[in-house]
Amino acid sequence: MSISRLKDHWREQRMFLGRVIAAGIVVVLLAGLLVYRLVDLQVVHFEHFTRLSQGNRVRLEPVPPVRGLLFDRNGRVMAENRPVYQLELIPEQVENIDDTLAGLVGLGLVEEETLPRIREQLRSQRRFEPVILRPRLDETEAARFAVQRPRFPGVDIQARLARQYPLGEVASHVLGYVSAISREDLQRVDAANYAGTAQTGKVGAERAWEDLLHGTTGHRQVLVNAQGRRLQELERKDAVPGRNFYLTIDLELQALAEEALEGRRGAVVALDPRNGQVLALASVPGYDPNLFSMGVSGEHFRALQSDIDQPLFNRALRGQYPPGSTIKPMLALAGLHYGAVEPDDSVFCPGWFSLPNHSHRYRDWKREGHGQMDLESAVAQSCDVYFYHLAVSLGIERMHDFLAMFGLGTPTGVEIPGERSGLLPSRDWKRQAFSRREDQPWFPGETVITGIGQGYMLATPLQLAQAAAILGNRGRGFRPTLLAGIEDLATGEREAIEPEPLAPLPLSPSHVEEAIDSMVAVMHGPRGTARASGQDSPWTIAGKTGTAQVVAIAQGEEYDEELIAERHRPHALFIAFAPAENPRIAISVLVENGASGSAAAAPIARALVDNWQARESD
Amino acid sequence: MAVSQTVFGEHHSLSLGRRIMAGLKLDGTLLFGLLLIAAFGLVVLWSASGQESGLLLRQLVRLGVGFAVLLVVAQIPPKVLRLWSPWIFLAGLALLIAVLVVGDFGKGAQRWLDLGVVRFQPAEIMKLAVPMTAAWYLRDRPLPPRFTELCILLALVILPAVLIARQPDLGTALLVASSGLLVVLLGGLRVRLVLLLGAMAAALAPVLWHFMHDYQRRRVLTFFNPENDPLGAGYHIIQSKIAIGSGGLFGKGWGNGSQAQLEFLPERSTDFIFAVLGEEFGLIGLLLLLAAYLLVIGRGLYIALQAQDTFGRLLAGSISLTFFVYVFVNTGMVTGLLPVVGVPLPLVSYGGSSMVTLMAGFGILMSINGHRNLLAR
Repeated sequence: MSISRLKDHWREQRMFLGRVIAAGIVVVLLAGLLVYRLVDLQVVHFEHFTRLSQGNRVRLEPVPPVRGLLFDRNGRVMAENRPVYQLELIPEQVENIDDTLAGLVGLGLVEEETLPRIREQLRSQRRFEPVILRPRLDETEAARFAVQRPRFPGVDIQARLARQYPLGEVASHVLGYVSAISREDLQRVDAANYAGTAQTGKVGAERAWEDLLHGTTGHRQVLVNAQGRRLQELERKDAVPGRNFYLTIDLELQALAEEALEGRRGAVVALDPRNGQVLALASVPGYDPNLFSMGVSGEHFRALQSDIDQPLFNRALRGQYPPGSTIKPMLALAGLHYGAVEPDDSVFCPGWFSLPNHSHRYRDWKREGHGQMDLESAVAQSCDVYFYHLAVSLGIERMHDFLAMFGLGTPTGVEIPGERSGLLPSRDWKRQAFSRREDQPWFPGETVITGIGQGYMLATPLQLAQAAAILGNRGRGFRPTLLAGIEDLATGEREAIEPEPLAPLPLSPSHVEEAIDSMVAVMHGPRGTARASGQDSPWTIAGKTGTAQVVAIAQGEEYDEELIAERHRPHALFIAFAPAENPRIAISVLVENGASGSAAAAPIARALVDNWQARESD
Repeated sequence: MAVSQTVFGEHHSLSLGRRIMAGLKLDGTLLFGLLLIAAFGLVVLWSASGQESGLLLRQLVRLGVGFAVLLVVAQIPPKVLRLWSPWIFLAGLALLIAVLVVGDFGKGAQRWLDLGVVRFQPAEIMKLAVPMTAAWYLRDRPLPPRFTELCILLALVILPAVLIARQPDLGTALLVASSGLLVVLLGGLRVRLVLLLGAMAAALAPVLWHFMHDYQRRRVLTFFNPENDPLGAGYHIIQSKIAIGSGGLFGKGWGNGSQAQLEFLPERSTDFIFAVLGEEFGLIGLLLLLAAYLLVIGRGLYIALQAQDTFGRLLAGSISLTFFVYVFVNTGMVTGLLPVVGVPLPLVSYGGSSMVTLMAGFGILMSINGHRNLLAR
């Protein structure tokens, strides 16, 4: 160590003091900075951070309401909520998820093909939130799991309320179904009110009264921790349960109608002409709505959709068929109304009809002809030639206007969505419906065949039942309705639904009686086309058969020849009301490819009339 | 021993308590400050742990061990500490290398060395060994040091810091480096050189960035803009600021901090315990704790000024200022002033290894202070 570098203790101490003082100043400055920061956070921005901390800890959660029930007119349950058992897994409680899933698949409790979906959910959900392994277990499966439960910690059975349709396929086209809310549904409904709801009504009554069936979602404020785990309920606003709906459907009649159509394709609609209530609305084949509410598999749904019998298609509301001869009583009434014909005027039926100066022969269904026909016998025997003459003298416009009064060509306004309007042709309609100029004019021949309900004319089974009801009630119609009453569970009050009358038709009572008499002759007259179905009836039935040619069947599908032949047979139709003098029930029956209205359709109507009358006249 | 007799004679009138303190080489003011902070810490920890008595008990044991270590170290004369310094440093360096080679994996980083009975972090030794060795190196040299001496000192500081940073434990590496650099600064580094070093550090920043781990880079980026990643890396800072800010002037009350109790605040009983204090006891509570810290640091600097040789002066100054660096890095992180670096709040955060080191450091302070009068001028 050189002399020049000798330690100078006094100088060093002074320098050290200087350094320590400098360090002390830095310490104080930094501490001051920290205090400044704390004041800024805790005093200046206190309210801002208080708000943020509140938002952190309190979460608003929806409390889903219990869906309203559906009953028939006599209070029998058609749709209810029953606890079902679903298999759930709570990820944080499971040690080895792969082993657990494999074990459950081995027991047949989890389906192999659902594993990818389950794994996806496991990835995206919080670890304490249950993942649904299987939405529904039947009782034996639940029992099987209960025995094996110790092997699967973290897996449990949860009961939840699910929509159930205890009748299965019966009335499926009336009820419709609920199933998972889709993106389109969310645009239609108030998303806030569906915050806690998994399913919504898709078709049928479930859809028609979705708002009231669903109820109002309640809310609860819960204290949550950082992981979102609920710790405590702070505040609660209970959900308002959905309303219970009493439908006008009579389950006995409904089941009878569906049984009568079993194995065939067709529809039956029964109305109470006195108030428009729909007593039965059957479309066969139907489907099991439980499949949808329990979560139908894609495969199953595609099978239903591609079934050539179209079980998802509501024929009663959406099926549009040529009405055929069933409109003849209405046209007869039109003839009387417009003075085109008198009841006793007679027409000779040689078995065919030609327009003046035309050679084309419009054939009667009876080749040899009916001979001399007056109004009543023409309806009773369904003489085509009589109605060819009548159609020509009425003209298409008057036929259109008159049939429109009976509801043809426009939806009846029943509550179930998706109803079709049918087709009531007119000159105006044809001008607009065809794009090629040469197709647009109305041809006289088209008037002729409209007289027997063929050509362009189409009607739904519901429209035909409605026409029968209006006629049976002597022109005083009601809007068809499925709603008998609404029950509010909160107040316990049941609100009855008043019938909604339509404007009475400006018809002469004597003309109406003539038309109805002609329909009675169909059932009870010596040569009535449906006299077999009218035989020995304790009550007078007014009816009319119809047979409608099939326009076309779906192209491009491979059907075997036998099937093609079967599907080209004409549709069988029938309308009726009873008792004829004071009807309590009006019915339309459609049997696709049933060939004969009198043989295939009329007996079904008779069975319904007898069943209803036996109970109503007590 | 005539000298010592006169010394004791002067203090003849002192109370029995003070005589015991002096006999145990303890400084009353410093001890009071430390006990105050520790008591504060236990109160907050009770709430931050979610009223878990087991955790509190373990911390209490740790504090007990810490104070025992303090007491033991205080009895070792500074002369002995000075002689041990280079050997402790070399042993620590060897252990650091061992950790890198065979280190046990803890929290994704190789920090722990399993000695069968206890697991401990060799980096902790370096927190004291580096300033001790730096002070030892400068003990007899005229100050300020010359350039070659500075280079040796920098090597002494940087080598262990780099090894620790590679574990990777950036927080401890920075603390170790700063404890060594503080010795150099107190040793009379020229202001010009300080500025030059600052410029060099700024120039080296991109190089440092290059060697950083992804999570370290993310922390730095998040520091500059925490809202960028509110659920990821920015979450800590955002939740911590909410906790402190919503505490207001007087706090939400003991055990009532929703941010802490509902676990929105991460690491609430360890690195972010300062935010729990802020939420539940408000600005008043934070200022009280800060005052206690400043008392300890001020007393430490006073002891440094009173020290009788260069080794004691430099070491005492470095230990006191490093303690402040601890406090400031942690509180700066929790309040969002600094990036998130895993540095606990000394004596308050729940945790073991660093507590013992810390108390050993204060033991050294006590020793430097307590053995002063026995040395002849």
